[in-house]
Amino acid sequence: MRAPLLLPPEALGRRAFILAGTALFAVPHLARATPAEVAAAIKDVTAGAEPKPGRVKLDIPVMVENGNAVGLTVGVEQAEPRCTDLYVFAEGNPLPRVLHAQFGPAAGRTQLATRMRLATSQTVIAVARLEDGSFWTDSVDLIVTLAACLE
Amino acid sequence: MRLVLLLAAALLLGGAADKRSGYDDATQAVRAMQDDDSANPGMLWVEQGRTLWNQAVAGKSCATCHGVPEAMLGVAARYPRFAGRPITLPEQVNQCRTERQGAPALKEEGDEMLALTALIGLQSRGLPVAVDASSPAAQAALEQGHAIFDRRIGQLDLSCAQCHDRLAGQRLGGSRIPQGHPNGYPEYRLEWQGMGSLNRRLRGCMTGVRAEPFPPGSPELGALEFDLGWRANGLQVETPAVRP
Amino acid sequence: MARVLLNVPKTAKPGETVEVKLLISHPMESGQRKDESGQMVPRNIIHAFRCTYNGAEVLRLELHPAIAANPYLAFSFRAEKSGTVEMNWVDDEGVAGSASAALAVE
Repeated sequence: MRAPLLLPPEALGRRAFILAGTALFAVPHLARATPAEVAAAIKDVTAGAEPKPGRVKLDIPVMVENGNAVGLTVGVEQAEPRCTDLYVFAEGNPLPRVLHAQFGPAAGRTQLATRMRLATSQTVIAVARLEDGSFWTDSVDLIVTLAACLE
Repeated sequence: MRLVLLLAAALLLGGAADKRSGYDDATQAVRAMQDDDSANPGMLWVEQGRTLWNQAVAGKSCATCHGVPEAMLGVAARYPRFAGRPITLPEQVNQCRTERQGAPALKEEGDEMLALTALIGLQSRGLPVAVDASSPAAQAALEQGHAIFDRRIGQLDLSCAQCHDRLAGQRLGGSRIPQGHPNGYPEYRLEWQGMGSLNRRLRGCMTGVRAEPFPPGSPELGALEFDLGWRANGLQVETPAVRP
Repeated sequence: MARVLLNVPKTAKPGETVEVKLLISHPMESGQRKDESGQMVPRNIIHAFRCTYNGAEVLRLELHPAIAANPYLAFSFRAEKSGTVEMNWVDDEGVAGSASAALAVE
């Protein structure tokens, strides 16, 4: 028996919900890094020193509609003491590391923009090393929702 | 009842008032990616298209007959065009290749076809979609496409119209449901982490409602793409668009 | 076919900070995906990148699978005199890529 042409709104809502639910189940379950792994990776980089909040800025949207390609900018604005290294970590991705940038003598601003993948809602952390040996950090807690239809 | 008929007539005539590109339903981040040619991944395919445009196959390249890519100004905006049946831009490219260049047809989802159609589409960027369905035969194809758009399909028993007409603008998952216009194809979808054609998107939608996708080259697919093109008349071509 | 889009201005003033925008076509296969037949697609990403200006190092990058497909990189260098900005990279399969541009400093 064919369903009537005009459905009450609730029925449409249910169908849309089922569609979204099916789409969610289609996403494979991935192993994830943990905050502890990221903390260990940071300790590796700083040789045990605790990075201080500040100096480095991590620019990434807090609400992410689609985790496949999320723009981020990371860098230290002040020219002195100069930033030598930038690290980015992701607590909820399968792997904790995202990138490591080293600025050479011909670098302009000690800043980099790129696009990253986000597996789920999580905290993304930036760590910067300055030429005086100090370490600084910034982090963003973000929410990742899924796009409407997954292929 | 009369009001319903009037509304239906208005919808059928494709009134521009409520017509909205998928760009307007995308997030700021996605729009920014599309707007910056140096950050839009679709431009990588356009770049490849430029090289292919000048590449001779059996002595003839696209440039041999068509000159520079800029000569394609306004062309993509008129596709699909009706010539006995709806012909899409990828079908036209393959017609040129097989009949004029004596070259094998390109796979629709291959990088080469995506590159060429992205290059040609870019030459219409900013121009309004202008699909001509004025002849009686074209009108018949349009009606067929429209009927497909309205038909419930698949295990989830959903029609294109239910999401993309009725629920357009509301949220599903994390994003807003667009009206489903093809004005940016081929486009870079974050979902695909790559470039794809309208055909690929329709296959994805149909699979999504657990329906058997129309086979490539089928009259149903041609009619549907024709209807979708016509339905977008007036919207700006955005190729290569970026979408979630 | 490896495609690259490099955006660098053609001229600059002495000591100016010059912006570089780079788009590289590469799937950046994370190694976390399964293909249609259920097989894990092996990891293949651009993992190392280097940029120099007139031979002096600008930027060195170590990239991980979290970097999105068709990577986009935007950074800057300081130009004291005219020269060439060069960059090169390599992926897990050993396939190398490069791009360069001339800059006139006046």
